[in-house]
Amino acid sequence: MDFDYSDDQKFLKDEARKFLAARCPSTVVRGVLDDPARSYDDGLWAAVAEQGWLGAAIPEEYNGLGLGRVELCAIAEELGRAVAPIPFASTVYILAEAVMAHGSDAQKAAVLPRIAAGELIGCLATSEGPGVVTPSSLQARVEGGKLSGVKIPVTDGDAAGMALVLANEGGRPGLFLVDLKASGVKVETLQSLDPTRGVARLTFEGASADRLGEPGQGFELVQAILDRAAVLLAFEQLGGADRCLEMAKEYALGRYAFGRTIAGYQAIKHKLADMYVKNEVARSNAYYGAWALNVDAPELPTAAAAARIAASDAFWFASKESVQVHGGMGFTWDVDCHLYYRRSRQLSLVAGSPKLWKERLVSELEKKNAA
Amino acid sequence: MDFNDSPEEAAYREKARAWLAENAAAHRAEHGDPKPTTPEHMAAGKAWQARKAAAGYACITWPAAIGGAGGTPIQSVIFGQEEAKAGVSYGYFTIGLGMCVPTVMAFANDDTKKRFVSPAVKGEEIWCQLFSEPAGGSDVAALRTRAVKDGDDWVINGQKVWTTGAHYCDYGILLVRTDPDVPKHKGLTMFWIDMRDAAVECRPIHQMSGGREFNEVYFTDLRVKDSQRLGEVGQGWQVALVTLMNERLAVGGSAGPDYRQVMELARGLSGANGPALKDQAFREKLADWYVNSQGLKFTRFRTMTALSRGQTPGPESSIGKIISANQLQDLANTAVEAQGEYGILTDPALAPMEAAFQQSLMWAPGLRIAGGTDEILKNIIAERVLGLPGDVRVDKDVAFKDMPTGR
Repeated sequence: MDFDYSDDQKFLKDEARKFLAARCPSTVVRGVLDDPARSYDDGLWAAVAEQGWLGAAIPEEYNGLGLGRVELCAIAEELGRAVAPIPFASTVYILAEAVMAHGSDAQKAAVLPRIAAGELIGCLATSEGPGVVTPSSLQARVEGGKLSGVKIPVTDGDAAGMALVLANEGGRPGLFLVDLKASGVKVETLQSLDPTRGVARLTFEGASADRLGEPGQGFELVQAILDRAAVLLAFEQLGGADRCLEMAKEYALGRYAFGRTIAGYQAIKHKLADMYVKNEVARSNAYYGAWALNVDAPELPTAAAAARIAASDAFWFASKESVQVHGGMGFTWDVDCHLYYRRSRQLSLVAGSPKLWKERLVSELEKKNAA
Repeated sequence: MDFNDSPEEAAYREKARAWLAENAAAHRAEHGDPKPTTPEHMAAGKAWQARKAAAGYACITWPAAIGGAGGTPIQSVIFGQEEAKAGVSYGYFTIGLGMCVPTVMAFANDDTKKRFVSPAVKGEEIWCQLFSEPAGGSDVAALRTRAVKDGDDWVINGQKVWTTGAHYCDYGILLVRTDPDVPKHKGLTMFWIDMRDAAVECRPIHQMSGGREFNEVYFTDLRVKDSQRLGEVGQGWQVALVTLMNERLAVGGSAGPDYRQVMELARGLSGANGPALKDQAFREKLADWYVNSQGLKFTRFRTMTALSRGQTPGPESSIGKIISANQLQDLANTAVEAQGEYGILTDPALAPMEAAFQQSLMWAPGLRIAGGTDEILKNIIAERVLGLPGDVRVDKDVAFKDMPTGR
């Protein structure tokens, strides 16, 4: 049994933590939070590229480091802990993973080296309004290789140079790579619950679109891409949840009320114990997801769903109860609790809500039990 | 990150499997498959334990000189997994060999060790642990059973409760109060006792679940020799902590129905709007149970990984019972409610899955209390794992006899 990070992976994770402690303190996060003109920290982005993290899982032939997915999970955990204000998930978990899994050789050659070098930011454009996009509701369309339609919201869409866009082609849903710097693309930055991550409306009017994978497979491809991304996002959520527990603990130990530290009151102790329990359930499920992702196991859909459900639950609980433990201070802009509260919502809403993942999980279990 | 045995572990597993295949078959041929709680079941358990002891599988991590095999914790876990798969596990010896006998080994004189360790390993004698009392459950150190020195003897009077297996055990370790004039933790002493002594009386407890698996144990002028003392007079609390530390690593799964059984049930049940399995609220619960069950399973794998690497496992296994006991209660209740009015029936011939959900519903409250209540377990996580301060102890410097007692 070897169901944990290896020593090398732990070393990588420790180094990542030290790096982010130095390069991404909360002042950096707040630099993006408080400046409506910025949707990410480009200095941190460049530094992360220099570390090789953007190409950690990209093969060496495309100028990546060629590490495994577990290493990427370790990095994700630390990015989540630091609430890093960079489009890492959209670029690495989604665009790079999608192109590696489903792209042609030409697409890999065009996209992956640029991601590894920090020259290309990605995003996933599926949503077209409130609720879930379905084959019958999908409006965006591609005709003669040209895309038209509106995607809203698109996470990191304002920073991205390339989008993966879900659109109909000849009446069948497909997934397309679209160069956002080319003509026929309008980008508008939107306000969101988590200003430390960018969100945009993308309007396409005859933008060039290059299909990824087979025609008619758009929704299947999106699901396959999200299965992979869900595991990595779960590690970001886990990192955030663990940090919330630490912050709540540190604050409670130092806060005195009624003549003693509030960390000694059972109402507080049990709340923190509940956080710990949820975080450990999330960690164990996330590890299983990491294993399934790393070896491309057939169990990936259920493992990814379980990882995402547990991590979403843990981060939401830890972020909201951390505010509560901090009392009035926790409700102020100046204390960092809300950075995590906001990010917990961002990470749960992006890539399909936990409710959708629960339905997916039970559907998979039904298939398995029927077989 | 994988689930594979190391080459050494795989070799050990292979050896254990081969031994189990041969010996489980021979054991079954001899003893059949007796029903739990019958004398035949007990006899079969003792025979299986003797068979394991002869082959070095009884107390794998103990030194060979005292009947063990000098093995590693991961070997013990691997054997336990394979033994469970072979379907020949008996629970009679867990408390004795996991907690009581290690305490005897740590604190008794050589003669006592020589007398008791070997018969316990071979399953000839079974031990129980006599700590909890009506006035001391979560707060064990508040116990009132009194031992008074009389020459070279001690005379014991009082009552223990929730003692697992007291009615079939041969010996027990007993925590008593020897000095009520000092604060509660300082006036305790540990003894080993003969459970067959006429001054020891076991009475089964009628549980809310209807069963009688646990006991009250009464002591009326029970005389024990001073040589039966384990540790110094007044050091009983420290001895008890050693007992509790020896609690076996909880790497086993939990019993009772899980999400699979509820899914199976819901497939065949009709709700207000079609099959119960298609009900959205029900499906969300199902997903949560699955995620928690997987969470516990993979947490056990993390513990095993630490053992496999020769490390001390982290505190993550402390989450196990809080989740499993609460989940069993929720799952059982949901399954019973899904049956509609029919859910009230408890006849195994009528109720789905032989009334497993109804039984679990009535058993789960006990699980949430036994071996540490939800609340105590959360205190333990908060204090030992997270390092938060203990509660204010109003009884810390008060002589036991002056402590307020309530009911």
